[in-house]
Order: sequence, then C-alpha cells, then structure tokens
Amino acid sequence: MNLLYSEEQRLLADSAQDFLAARSPVAQQRRLRDEACPEGFDQQLWQDAVALGWSAIPFPESLGGLDFGCMGLGPVFEAMGRNLSASPLLSSVVLSGSLLHLAGTPAHQDRWLSTLISGERRMALALDEHPRHAPLQTALKAEADGDGFRLTGNKYFVIDGVAADTYVVAARTSGQPGEAQGISLFVLEADAPGLSVSALPLIDSRNHARLCLDQVQVGPQDMLGEAGEAWPVLAKALDRGCTCLAAELLGAAQMLFETTLDYLKTRVQFDAPIGSFQSLQHRAAGLYVDLALARSAVMAGLAALDDEGLNDAERGRLVSLAKWKAGEAAARVSNEAVQMHGGIGVTDELDVGLFLKRIRVAQACLGDSDYHCERYWALDETRG
Amino acid sequence: MSDIDQFRQQTRTWLEANCPESLRTATPEGELVWGGSTVDFPSADAQLWFERMRDKGWFCPQWPVEYGGGGLSPEYNAVLESELRRLKCRPPQINLGIWMLGPVLLEFASEEQKRALLPPMTRGAIRWCQGFSEPNAGSDLASLKMSARDAGDHFVVDGTKIWTSYGDKSDWMYALVRTDLSASKHLGISLIVLDMRSPGVSVAPIDLISGKSVFCQVFFDGVKVPKSQLIGPLNGGWNLAKRLLQHERSAMSKFGEFSLPTHFHLLPLIRQYLPEPTTPAEHALYARAVACAMDEHTYNLTVQRMGEEARSGQDISGLMSIMKLVHTEQERDKFEVLLDALGYRALGWDDEVFSAPEQAITRAWLNSFALTISGGSSEVQLNVIAKRVLGLPDAK
Repeated sequence: MNLLYSEEQRLLADSAQDFLAARSPVAQQRRLRDEACPEGFDQQLWQDAVALGWSAIPFPESLGGLDFGCMGLGPVFEAMGRNLSASPLLSSVVLSGSLLHLAGTPAHQDRWLSTLISGERRMALALDEHPRHAPLQTALKAEADGDGFRLTGNKYFVIDGVAADTYVVAARTSGQPGEAQGISLFVLEADAPGLSVSALPLIDSRNHARLCLDQVQVGPQDMLGEAGEAWPVLAKALDRGCTCLAAELLGAAQMLFETTLDYLKTRVQFDAPIGSFQSLQHRAAGLYVDLALARSAVMAGLAALDDEGLNDAERGRLVSLAKWKAGEAAARVSNEAVQMHGGIGVTDELDVGLFLKRIRVAQACLGDSDYHCERYWALDETRG
Repeated sequence: MSDIDQFRQQTRTWLEANCPESLRTATPEGELVWGGSTVDFPSADAQLWFERMRDKGWFCPQWPVEYGGGGLSPEYNAVLESELRRLKCRPPQINLGIWMLGPVLLEFASEEQKRALLPPMTRGAIRWCQGFSEPNAGSDLASLKMSARDAGDHFVVDGTKIWTSYGDKSDWMYALVRTDLSASKHLGISLIVLDMRSPGVSVAPIDLISGKSVFCQVFFDGVKVPKSQLIGPLNGGWNLAKRLLQHERSAMSKFGEFSLPTHFHLLPLIRQYLPEPTTPAEHALYARAVACAMDEHTYNLTVQRMGEEARSGQDISGLMSIMKLVHTEQERDKFEVLLDALGYRALGWDDEVFSAPEQAITRAWLNSFALTISGGSSEVQLNVIAKRVLGLPDAK
C-alpha cells in the first residue's frame, strides 16, 4: 500500500485546485447561501466538472469511466475542502454511482450509470433514518407486493436530496433493525407516486433533504442486487464516501490552518505579533501535528479503497481511521481557528465560520467520531 | 543489464548467502549488537553477520573506501538498503559514532583526524557515547559549562556531563565543551573527542524512577585532551552540534528507531483486563483506549509515509520534527489508560503477586516520563515546530 499520490494524481490535484480556486472560491459558497440556492451548488460548475471527467474517475472504462481508481478522488475532494466548494460528486458519483457499479445489472448501469457519468442525471442515496448515521438500523419498510415491493417510511439527512433526478433508497425487506441481513436497495425516480421530498436545512447551507415514502411502488427491476443482501455492497460504497469526506475534511482543515497561521503572524497585540506568544505557538504546533497524522490516515484510507489484497475488515478499519482522524483534526483546527481569530472569528463576515460549519456537518455525515471509533474497535476484534 | 541492476543482483545474492537465516527478523529487545572494543553477541550467527558485514565495508556503505567504507554512491546505497529491507536483515550493529559523529568528521575533520578516527569506526571497534547535556544545561543546551582550558599542546577538561547513554560501556566520547568563557554562549563552544579511559574520567550510572537505566553521569577532573582531538574550528562547535542532531534525526528515521514496535498493545490488554465493560466509567475507559490505539495507528502510518516521501526525494524535515513528540506523548497517554485499566496491578514493585507483564507495564510507564524529556523535551519539540516549521516569530 502506497501512501503518496502518484504523478498523475498530483497533476489532477493541481488542476482541481486551479479549477475550483477560479470557479468556486469561498465567496461563491457564500453567494449560494445568501441566494438560498435550493440545490446548494452551482449547476454550471458541476457540468464543467463533469466535462473535466470528475464524474468518471472511479469507474471502469467498460462502463464509460476513466478507471482512475478511488484514490484519484482524493485530490479532488481535498481541493473541494480547501475551497469550500459544493458539488454532487459525493452523493451522485461516489455513493449512488458506486452502488450502481457494484450491484447493478448491465441494464441498471445502462439506464442510470451512463447518464449519471454524463452529468444528465443526478442521483442521491437515501439511507439515514436517525439523528446519527446508523446504516444497520435501516428500518424503512419494504413490503412484498406482487413481484415488487411497497416502500413506506422516512429518510433524513439525504445528501443533495433536494431536486435530485433519481434516488437509491435503502429499505428492509426482512430481519430487524440492527441486522445486516434484510437490507435491500431500490432505485426510485423523483416523480414516483407517494414520494415527497423537502429541504432539511443544516448549518452548512448545502443541500440536505428529508424523504417521505408512502406506499411507493417499486418493481423487481428497480432492485439493486438480491433482496436482503445489499449490506456488503452498501458498506463498500459507504467506505468510499467516508474516505472522500475525510479527504474533504483534511483539505478544509489544512486551508483553515494556513489562514490561522497567517493571522498569528500578522495580528499585533501588546506590540507584538500574537504568534510570538508561546502559548499560541504550542497550540499551533499541536494543530500541525494533528494534520500530519490525519494526512497519513487519509492517504491510507484512500489507498485501501483500491487495494485488492485487503479483506473487508482490514479496509473498513483503515477507512474508519481516516474518517475519525480527519474529523477530529478538522474539528480541533476549526475550534482553534475561531478562538485564535478572537472577536472577528465569531462574525459572519469572516470565512472561518463557513469552514467551521461545513466541517461539523462533514464530520457528522456518514458517521461521526464515535461511530468510527466503535467501528474500528469492532473490526479490530474480528481481525483477532 | 545496467550496472545498477547488476549491483542489485550481486547484492541480493551476497546477502542471501551471507546473512544467517536466524537474523532475518525484527530484532527482539535485548538482542541489539553494540559495536565497540568488546562486543556482546547474543548468538554465533550474530557474530558471523557482524564480521561479514564489517569485512564487506558495509557498516558504513557510503563512506570512502580509503577509510574502510563501502564507497557506494547514494543511488547504490539505496539499492543496498532496499535489499536489506527485502530480506528483513537485522542491523549487524548499532553504533552512535557511525550514525552521528562519522558524517560530521567526514565533513569537518582534518585529513589526519579522519585517518585516525574513521577506520576503527568502519570496523565497529569503538563504542561511542555523546556528551552534550549537563546538570544545568538541558533544554538550554548552549548554556553548557564544562570547560576545556588551553594548556599548550593540550586542553584540560573539567566539569560533568549527564544523561550520557551507556557512558559506562563506551570507549570514546564526543563532547561539547566551553573554550571561550567571555564569548556569548553559542560562540564559545567547541567539539572534542576523548578516550573514556583517560585519567580523571569517572562514570556513575543513574537510577531512574523506573529503576536501573542506561543513563550515566560522567565526571571530568583535570582530564588532558590533546589539541589534535579538537574537531572543526575552535569555538565553532555549536554549528557542528546542530549538524550532529540533524544526523541523529535522519539516522533515527532511517534505522527505524521511530518505528520500533511498542511492547504493549493496548486493545488486547484492555480486552484482557476489562473483558465486559458495564458501567459508564468502564465504557469511557474503553473509548479512551480505542482512541489511543487509533492515534498510535496514525503514527505508524506516518512513519511509513515519511519513509516513502524520503525515498521519493521529498522534503521530510517537517514530518521529522513531529515524530519524537508524537511517539513519546502517545506512549505516555497509553500508559495512563493502562494504569486505569489495571488498577493496583500496575503499581506493583518486585513481588510475585504481580505477573511479569504487569511489572513490565509499571516499569515502562515510569520510564515513559523520561521519554518526553530526553532528546529534547516535548516543549522544546513544540518550539522547534512553531519556529522552524511554521515560521512563527520569536518573542520580543
């Protein structure tokens, strides 16, 4: 397992950073918020990102992808974090696209994945039903109805769920909440009768939704994989999503740290730059250490996604380590960034608050620190 | 086949034929071979490996052949290192002189000094110790007081050095001494080397809160040191000292000192001592244990990443600056968790009521206090990161 980006991945990092710095700087995110953009991202920016190939990165060439590997997503998500750029890359490409790639039939892929890669279709994954990410607790009922199913229940915190074209919904066809067995995946079009979607605004001003399903009819052709057997594939897609979020958190935290370091060097109080005070120097050094450790964990998580030699537990352990450490480091950096900026740090005018809010939401998405600590522990136990 | 491929092939063949099978594993604690005038070999194989590598000139593969080195270019040396790693060969010997003093001698010593000092090093015949810290010069090393007074053809050295690892087992010392009392503190320091058997040198091992230790205090009472043993310019020792510490850091990373496996694995120990947590406090202890283990995992990955970055030619000075701090702080945190998990069982002292692993935890915990202090305290490490890596300004 290699913990460095390849030459090609470094070139992608540079081009992603240049593209987002020019087209989607933090000011753009502020504008989207102030204009209350319902999608939470700039649609033209997304189409241009698709034209750059971002939606094709992780998929094999046979499906219209670039076969660039999941590690290739890392530099793009880091750049998204640095610039605080919003896009449906996580929800549509990494989460929904991976499920279609890993569990879909050629017919599914032909119908949904090809248009997802081309940018004509935007998809979202409806999974969480509780205030904390707990995918095994999936309870949304899928009752057999003829050769299909009827879905009833609610989904919350659906990333980019407002105005998506198509949804992948996790539902329970058998078993009890808490069990892996019995979870199934269905693909629904946004106009399916009985489906209603509403915005669920969070502090990051991005697109989060709640879905209400009332007796929504789905046919057997709308199910991804076998009934009740979706968990391994879902876990794999979530591993990809978690690691991408970890890369985004790392990028955001790195940027915020650099901003704060500049402030420590230039802000003068008591006739001295405040960065000359040892108490602040030691705290800044501590943040640098955390970021260095987080980078190692994120690189290992990214590398693990593409490493065929790892079993599911070994890969999951590295992914949870990445999400946990990147989340912890980013939370600490953002809290310290506000404190070290002093009064101006708590104003809306400064971008620091925008970073803080996005970091906290990204930290909670797909499992917060406690979730990944517990998962690491459980997987460590199975490792023996 | 290119020359370098041929060298790789020859090296692989030679190592496979000459490195004994029993030495192709990580070195267990207590089986490190320290080069010197007398060497304790843990096995006949270890002696064989020592002698073969010595005779090949590969104790110092990159040093010039005329001083007994291997004469390898950095490129060829990288091949040798990767082949040693591939076969998991143990280091044939550990020697502070080679890692730290040697490169400084190559850069700063006179030709005469090189001819006198380097060949015994490349033969692993001298065990070196370091005389830097003093009782009143710890974190503020440049305030050191041990003096070397000019007495014609020699210096007369008076004073004391402390925290000298293996001072009682070493043959020679390289030491920082004050040669100009009137100059400002960084400008009056020189680097000398001296024979530990010189009249006037005495060594006292230091007991720590954890018991016996490798640390010694060394006393110098009118010790005569020939002027030919001054390394580099008179009063120019501080620059050489900084250089030595750089070599220390790179040697430590190269030889995997940072990645020495810890002897205490937290998660299995927690499972053993607290198999079924029930109360909130027990659950909280579990959460601390898991977080500690995860942090340790990120450190191990960082060691790996630093190695990869170094091999790909990237600047790793920033990463290098955090390693000692992170490792020692994490070890200390881990022992705090273990203490809470073991209760009285971690507080035993020499009684068979306590198992050997429990007593080892107690000693290692007490020893972990020394780790966050020696080799630059955590506070000094944070200063270094803040100033040299982050470029934060000095206080007024």
